[in-house]
Amino acid sequence: MWAFIHKLGSPKWFYALSARLQPWFWALAAVLIVIGTLWGLAFAPADYQQGNSFRIIYIHVPAAFLAQSVFVSMAVAGLVFMVWKIKVADMAAAVMAPFGAAMTFVALFSGAVWGVPTWGTWWMWDARLTSMLILLFLYLGVIALRGSFASRHSGARAASVLAMVGVINIPVIKYSVDWWYTLHQPATFSVTSSPAMPVSMWLPLLVMVVGFYSFFIALTLMRTRNEILRRESNKRWVKELFQEAQ
Amino acid sequence: MTEGMTESVKQQSAPAGDESRNAAPSSGLGIALAATLRRDLVLMLRYRGEVLNPLVFFALVITLFPIGISPDPELLQRIAPGLLWVAALLAALLSLDSLFRGDFDDGSLEQLLLAPQPLAALSLAKVAVHWLLTGLPLALMAPLLGVMLSLPPGSYSILSLSLALGSASLSLIGAIGAALTVGLARGGVLLSLLVLPLYIPVLIFGAGAVQAAIMGDGAGAHLAILGALLAASLALAPWGIAAALRISING
Amino acid sequence: MAFSSFADFLAMGGHAPYVWSAWGVTLFFLLASVGHARLERRQLIRGLKRRQRRDQAYRASPQNSTGGQNAPAGGGHHDA
Repeated sequence: MWAFIHKLGSPKWFYALSARLQPWFWALAAVLIVIGTLWGLAFAPADYQQGNSFRIIYIHVPAAFLAQSVFVSMAVAGLVFMVWKIKVADMAAAVMAPFGAAMTFVALFSGAVWGVPTWGTWWMWDARLTSMLILLFLYLGVIALRGSFASRHSGARAASVLAMVGVINIPVIKYSVDWWYTLHQPATFSVTSSPAMPVSMWLPLLVMVVGFYSFFIALTLMRTRNEILRRESNKRWVKELFQEAQ
Repeated sequence: MTEGMTESVKQQSAPAGDESRNAAPSSGLGIALAATLRRDLVLMLRYRGEVLNPLVFFALVITLFPIGISPDPELLQRIAPGLLWVAALLAALLSLDSLFRGDFDDGSLEQLLLAPQPLAALSLAKVAVHWLLTGLPLALMAPLLGVMLSLPPGSYSILSLSLALGSASLSLIGAIGAALTVGLARGGVLLSLLVLPLYIPVLIFGAGAVQAAIMGDGAGAHLAILGALLAASLALAPWGIAAALRISING
Repeated sequence: MAFSSFADFLAMGGHAPYVWSAWGVTLFFLLASVGHARLERRQLIRGLKRRQRRDQAYRASPQNSTGGQNAPAGGGHHDA
């Protein structure tokens, strides 16, 4: 077990392993997202209350799931980096942050667009949208903090600490915002908590969620490989990698 | 102002026998804490502006709202809990940047890192001083500004109490951000970007307590949650502050 | 199939602007992140190769060849 973790921590080994894993995740992501898109847009039945605007759920929910999971994985990677000093973990954390912020933005945007036919307004201080907005600020904070240190190592450690502080706070923020929302907006119609969604509706949703997750894994692998090339460009094995290629 | 530190160092090295080495840090902890508390209090009180500025800022921001919105007492009364809490939160935020800045610039923060006592405990003492000289005065001053916003009577004690409890959590959480940005030349705006999202739960329950007191419902539940948030940040934040200080100093 | 015709599908029961803009923005972000990662990789590899060529040219040139044991067979690279 420990040997495996330390092996995984070596950039060279990770570079080789991710090269083998990456195509599978890309293929899985592409197939599932295409199937989920066609299924969700064209074949799933329309909602009896919201009509076809309900189809936004097939991107809003996967993006919102990812927005939260990416932050958690970033904090876990930060913890691994701080405790075991595994550099690959920090490279992964560094490339996850912008993607997480993008997914948070997508969740916010699709939620706002969904609000127009549902609530009649672009923005509502709905509990879910509000916590998504706060999450976006947390992402921006982590990205900004990493970028503002002159030394990459300090920036990496600072961003790891902030990600861990953030991940402890996310549930607290989420519950307090939920509580605040029920206090101020009693019994409004919530978009995504429709009771007992039929199988024909949630099955495409499941396909999309799995597709988005494999997209996240594939992208993280690919960009971590880029980050390895960038940071290890002086290492002999990286140089040898492109020796015969010329 | 440094006699407190040297005192603690002397106390440390006084039992010079090798066998008493192990016992030394634990016995020195109380003295080191007291010395840090006293040193920071003296320092802060010498720079009176540092203590007064957040209070003036608080009063000024509260003055802006009736001018910017409307002097109508009914409207002001409705938004007063939120206004007072947001303004106090911003005032506390404003004072955060100086929490470790002076010690970082003159090198005494490095001494704190080198001390045999745990850094988490020593930084907790620094945060306690910060709260004593910012959070507590803000809480005591808030009722006065509440009168100006025609806050209904009966909610003043809750306002003070919620601010006193809440600002302690704000100081603790904010200190993590202050410790992370203390090494940066222009950390001020970044600090607010890092810290403000983390302040939201405290804001919700703090303003909620005052709101509940106005409505006539008991504010006990809100205050209990504020207390729980404070207990959680007391238990966790010192470790974050210590880790962040180590990063800022050692890189 | 939830729609009777392709035009129906495009109209989304009157919700077309919302549904299609939400999907468009999402797909844009997904494709942009893939494109960015690919571009990043290509640039990194190009930079690495350029450095390799420079190093080899440096070692191959006579005034620098102190060791000279691994001079490249196919010399004469043009410096970028």
